[in-house]
Amino acid sequence: MSSATMSEDSIQTLARPKRWHILVFLLPAFIIYSAVMILPLVETLRLSLFNTVDGQSTFVGFANFQVLFGEERWAADFWRALKNNFLFFAIHMLVQNPVGIALAAMLSIPKLRLATFYRTAIFLPTLLSFVIVGFIWKLILSPIWGITPFFMDLVGLKSFFAPWLGKPGSALIAVSLISVWQNIGIPMMLIYAALLNIPDEVIEAAECDGVTGWSQFWKIKLPLVLPAIGMVSILTFVGNFNAFDLIYTVQGALAGPDGSTDILGTLLYRTFFGFQLQLGDRSMGATIATVMFLIILAGVSLYLFGIQRRVRRYQF
Amino acid sequence: MSKARVSPLRSGFVHLVLAGYTVIALFPVLLTILNSFKDRNAIFRTPLAPPTASTFSLVGYETVLKQGDFVGYFQNSLIVTVVSIFFVLLFGAMAAFALSEYRFRGNTMMGLYLAIGIMIPIRLGTVAILQGMVAAGLVNTLTALILVYTAQGLPLAIFILSEFMRTVSDDLKNAGRIDGLSEYAIFFRLVLPLVRPAMATVAVFTMIPIWNDLWFPLILAPGEATKTVTLGSQVFIGQFVTNWNAVLSALSLAIFPVLVLYVIFSRQLIRGITAGAVK
Repeated sequence: MSSATMSEDSIQTLARPKRWHILVFLLPAFIIYSAVMILPLVETLRLSLFNTVDGQSTFVGFANFQVLFGEERWAADFWRALKNNFLFFAIHMLVQNPVGIALAAMLSIPKLRLATFYRTAIFLPTLLSFVIVGFIWKLILSPIWGITPFFMDLVGLKSFFAPWLGKPGSALIAVSLISVWQNIGIPMMLIYAALLNIPDEVIEAAECDGVTGWSQFWKIKLPLVLPAIGMVSILTFVGNFNAFDLIYTVQGALAGPDGSTDILGTLLYRTFFGFQLQLGDRSMGATIATVMFLIILAGVSLYLFGIQRRVRRYQF
Repeated sequence: MSKARVSPLRSGFVHLVLAGYTVIALFPVLLTILNSFKDRNAIFRTPLAPPTASTFSLVGYETVLKQGDFVGYFQNSLIVTVVSIFFVLLFGAMAAFALSEYRFRGNTMMGLYLAIGIMIPIRLGTVAILQGMVAAGLVNTLTALILVYTAQGLPLAIFILSEFMRTVSDDLKNAGRIDGLSEYAIFFRLVLPLVRPAMATVAVFTMIPIWNDLWFPLILAPGEATKTVTLGSQVFIGQFVTNWNAVLSALSLAIFPVLVLYVIFSRQLIRGITAGAVK
């Protein structure tokens, strides 16, 4: 974007004042994207400031948020869903990403035999729908089928088996780990790609200096793939705070047992769409969607302006 | 060339870990498929054994095909996915071309505007999307899903495709202009064929979330006639939850097309990811 091209551009604009083809190329995407995505998003944010008073939609300011954060009927559910959602995210960050990085590091060992096979197989669950994954694990963890107790018996841990999905204390962890099992392919692949992009000269230089094996991974490779790790973290964050399908499939819309697996996505679904005896509430649904939007926006902004800028991108 | 010597001990350990995780990744899927071909007794008595002549049974599949309209669900999913991908690729490539080829006022702003959707999920606008679809009379139509998925797929498609289009040689396009080709002809006849590999990558990335989505079919098109295979199997399995044969068969039927597509496209997909398309 040098000044030379800028002046060239202005000459072009003078010579051809109307370039309709640009409009034709842009318009279809712009219209669909704006009409189906951006406008509904803005409208949802706007609806969160309105509520139905005497059958009429009325501007209520931040009253919906006050109800959501403070009124007994809503606040307990909301804060629990928020807390569960952060726990859900924390388990992903602590299990999915480190294991994904470890798998990627092993896959990227040069001339590793069977690497393509391992890579293809480990990525498979990522392609399955949450519905398939949810039900498969529901069956496997089911005490009726007995697959899990059987395997735990093999290693002498049978006494530790419990119907984890059915217990309020362990259900959220169990569901999070199912989600980790499914999504581990994403960090693995992105970090694998980043590791492959490290030029051989850097590795050779490290080897000349006697940096090999573990210390090479920690001191050379890991710092070089930090941008990819940042990317994976923000993708995990957005995905987790927008998750719904897996919990809906495994635990139902009520996110049982006893709401112990309720996260913002399931709370939004129940609130906005209604479930069983609960009637759908558009205003409160929009309010919860707005809170989710603000959380995701905060996370993305933190990433874009805080982390991504500071992590130096190495140009090879 | 990296000449790091890998000791046999270390490489053995690496294979052990990777093979171990491969088993963890594949075992649940294989277990489901194997048991879907067995009778009820065998499912419970010998869950880990492959089906034998005496335990082989297709009763689950019979129930699924009789009770659920899986053929119809497949058809719906296929229509929604294919049509959405077509529009994402066509409109996405057009917009990407406009953004990468021409300098005009607002180019950067437009690029940023179209990029919002990469990070902000479309689900957050569901309340108003449903309202809009009700107003437009599109609830319980596949059109509603196609519109939503097209909008959902466009931002990433535009982002990836415009990166690729910047690499198409200017000389080629200018030669076309000198030969009197219109801008439309340059796009459709010169540029599009050259970015075909990138289009394939975008198609695969777009396809997976559409095929697997449960949220929008549940909210916008839950009617029997418009159920996608993801929603259809969700509802079916929910109803037949105690019929293990039917549940395992329904799951296998839902896994099968994904497996086939993955076997065909895995190289394309993995090359797409590792080529830095989503870095």
